[in-house]
Amino acid sequence: MEVDSVFYTDHSGRITSNPLLDQLPSYQSLLYRRKSSASGSKRRTSSSRSTSGSSGSGKWGVHTFHKNKDKHHNPVEERPIREWAKPMAEKRRDKAQRLEEASKLSSWKQWRQSTQRTLRRLRDEAQEWLSSLKLWRADIHQIEGMFGTGILSYFSFLRFLVMLNLIIFLLMFSFVMLPIIIAPSASGNITFEIDYESNCSKYPSSARRGLVIFHEHITDLLSGGGFLEQTYLFYGFYQVNQIHFPNIKYNLALAYLMTTIAYLFLSLIWIVKRSALGFKRNLVQDEDRFQSFCNKIFAGWDFCITNENAASLKRSSLLYELRTDLEEERIKQKIADRTRKEKCRIYLIRFILNIFVIGVLAGCFYSIYVATIFSQEAQLLNIKVNFIVDLMYEYLPSIVITLANFITPLLFSVIINFEDYSPAFEIRFTLMRCVFMRLTSIGVLLFSLWSQITHCKDETCICGYNHELYSCWETRVGQEMYKLTVFDFIIIVAVTIFVEFPRKLIVRHCDCGLAKWWGQQEFSIPQNVLEIVYGQTICWIGTFYCPMLPAICTIKYFFIFYIKKVSLLKNCRPATRPFRASSSNFFFLAVLLIGLALACLPVSVSVAQINCSQACGPFVGYNTSWEVLPTAVSELPTGVRSVIEALSSEAFAVSFFVVTCLAMFYVIALAGAHKKVINQLREQLVLEGRDKRFLIQKLSQAQRLSPTSQSQHRSSSNGNRNSSRMSPSDRMSPSYHTSFSNNFNEGLFLAHSPPDTSTHV
Amino acid sequence: MGTTASQLGKELLSEYQELTFLTKQEILLAHKRFSELLTKDEKDLPNTKVSMERILTLPELKSNPFRKRICHVFSTSEQKDGSLTFENFLDLLSAFSDSATLEIKSHYAFRIFDFDDDGTLDRGDLEKLVNCLTGETDDTRLTPEEMRQLIDNILEESDIDRDGTVNLSEFQHVISRSPDFVSSFKIVL
Repeated sequence: MEVDSVFYTDHSGRITSNPLLDQLPSYQSLLYRRKSSASGSKRRTSSSRSTSGSSGSGKWGVHTFHKNKDKHHNPVEERPIREWAKPMAEKRRDKAQRLEEASKLSSWKQWRQSTQRTLRRLRDEAQEWLSSLKLWRADIHQIEGMFGTGILSYFSFLRFLVMLNLIIFLLMFSFVMLPIIIAPSASGNITFEIDYESNCSKYPSSARRGLVIFHEHITDLLSGGGFLEQTYLFYGFYQVNQIHFPNIKYNLALAYLMTTIAYLFLSLIWIVKRSALGFKRNLVQDEDRFQSFCNKIFAGWDFCITNENAASLKRSSLLYELRTDLEEERIKQKIADRTRKEKCRIYLIRFILNIFVIGVLAGCFYSIYVATIFSQEAQLLNIKVNFIVDLMYEYLPSIVITLANFITPLLFSVIINFEDYSPAFEIRFTLMRCVFMRLTSIGVLLFSLWSQITHCKDETCICGYNHELYSCWETRVGQEMYKLTVFDFIIIVAVTIFVEFPRKLIVRHCDCGLAKWWGQQEFSIPQNVLEIVYGQTICWIGTFYCPMLPAICTIKYFFIFYIKKVSLLKNCRPATRPFRASSSNFFFLAVLLIGLALACLPVSVSVAQINCSQACGPFVGYNTSWEVLPTAVSELPTGVRSVIEALSSEAFAVSFFVVTCLAMFYVIALAGAHKKVINQLREQLVLEGRDKRFLIQKLSQAQRLSPTSQSQHRSSSNGNRNSSRMSPSDRMSPSYHTSFSNNFNEGLFLAHSPPDTSTHV
Repeated sequence: MGTTASQLGKELLSEYQELTFLTKQEILLAHKRFSELLTKDEKDLPNTKVSMERILTLPELKSNPFRKRICHVFSTSEQKDGSLTFENFLDLLSAFSDSATLEIKSHYAFRIFDFDDDGTLDRGDLEKLVNCLTGETDDTRLTPEEMRQLIDNILEESDIDRDGTVNLSEFQHVISRSPDFVSSFKIVL
């Protein structure tokens, strides 16, 4: 920072004021803004609206700075009074004045203003009512007070997922299940075209006959087989092609397909909308770091914390964060200073470790594949050893996936230490690897299922799929998804009860080395988020095969909220390296989007490529599930049909693509031009600041030398710029009371001229 | 305008709703919590000022490192002692509420962080700010070297005209790019 020779400082180092300086419009604007609450009559131009980022000196030119300001009212911009930063008394005065002025307006304008006011009030009340409906307000408020906004974002994310799943379920229910349920009462005729002669349409019932032992019911409940198979839960039960109501024909197959596409689309839009609020700004700016220093300092403290413990924890975590970031700066410097030999060594190590990581991932995927095939064969061959082992065979893929997802993060966090990245990058990279592992394991499971389903004894499958083993393969896939969901829930509950509670007891009561090494449970936000995103991905994939899965997931997340909340309050302490709310939100929604993309892939492959089973489900009679759509389109009237065909033709697709590319290039060019202008304006501001200081320096030098000023010893510091005892009357009066006139070595002698003649435009 | 009557009048309530960002429930709750701070005889007087010590017993403010600054900023008393009337209290809650605009929040944040009330955030203000955030005891402070590095970084990011201080416009500019500000600058009773 350059030493400002303009400002004379007294011996305590504080900057004394210069009456000339104080009269400058831009300086006045600062003081005036601070005093606008006291004087109460100035309409402040909002800096957030002004596009020139300067201190507003240009806009002040027309205003005068007398004590009793004339009120400048622009009737066009009628901002609500509460958006002014003034005390209540000022706002009341403003309001009275506005009403007075409004009565002078024409009746049309009066009416318009009053309607605007009522509309605004209605909108406020509607928002108030909507927010009162929000789930778990009191719980979230409590968590916020105790742990701050970082952990809070996890719980509001959980709430978001509950709502999302509920909406998806309502969608599925109203378009797929409801017509079937009301068909009898609404005198609808259900048609189901199935070719009973063909080999493909044999669907042996899997319902248990005879005496059913109790634990077999439990097995059925946990594995989705037995009595659950022929319920609304699974795809196979929907033996409906169309429903003929008295007036309309309801194509249920089409509805099933469209609802699937609709819920994926709806999820995408909702997530993007939710994330756009948060990180729209950050993508536009050229911030290379998410967590800049200003963000940490100015927005660092969570004002919502009410707990003394939480406050001291927050302090220490802020301190830790600041120290780490400062150290990271130094590390960056160190990295830039690496020699070539060191760089080669580092790259070699990283290469080897990455190969190792890929090897570990491949090993995990292969074990999932093997486990799935083994489990499928065990189920098909109906090997029954005993209750527990049967259940284990059923759940083998889930168990392997959970084990892999438990071990690999530990492995990754050990490996990353050797790779010598900067701390922030380390965390992000490990997280990326864990995300990849979690979400791809589902993909591997599905891939191995499909390889089973489409692999027949002979070369090609007659029905397109292995109809002997999988007469209704969608139900089998649905059962696997169901099992994954149930197992996930069981694991979360079990880990909380059997690992976290004992850990807390051990750490609190036992003073042994184990307790000290293990430490108290930390609420690790990334791992918890990955857990629930994993569950949500399964839900998205599984809804096509198991239409009631969203309802199950809603209930599951509902319970998880309470479990996690209790665990947090009783067992955990907040993490030492905190997750900021903003980057948390970005991370959650980014991972969720990745999960959604990964979920769309299997669904679209199975809808479009794999032949749907001919023995069950609403798509009997079609080759693939996708075929419903072209068939339905061909039944539409000619006009609509030609429009849709035009939309799906290549010509349209290519021209649409070209237009989108052009729009994108235009926007990018615009952004580049804006950036240039911003840089130019910044430089201009710096130059103007320097100009101003230079001119003032020259002026005060000139005045110092001039004879008339020597004789007027004014107690000239108006309590300098740092005084805190300025009242409105002091601001403009010629004699400023002094705090520092005795401390001057070099007196600041200026002819004081009345404010309205000197410096403003 | 009597605001400490045991019941808020309907007119007054709707006026407060119009002039602040608070909902009806929030105003009533604020009135209840404020009345709890008053002694019996104070309850009948209109426009009583509650001293800063009593305001700071509220749990929402008790653990806040900026509690004293908050009281000073929102206080309109002549003695500059940080005492708040009920209307000051409502202004406080309105600025910290969920629905307050970014502009209001950044304006008041600036005034809260301006420890010496001179209209800009200079190095001294920033140092005090960082010390408030990290704690007042010796082992929780940053070393002078770290502090210098930190403040240099902050000024580099926020001081556009390179005069060594952050004025209100620069502060609002940097806040508009700060994604955490809106969610952290919030007090709800």
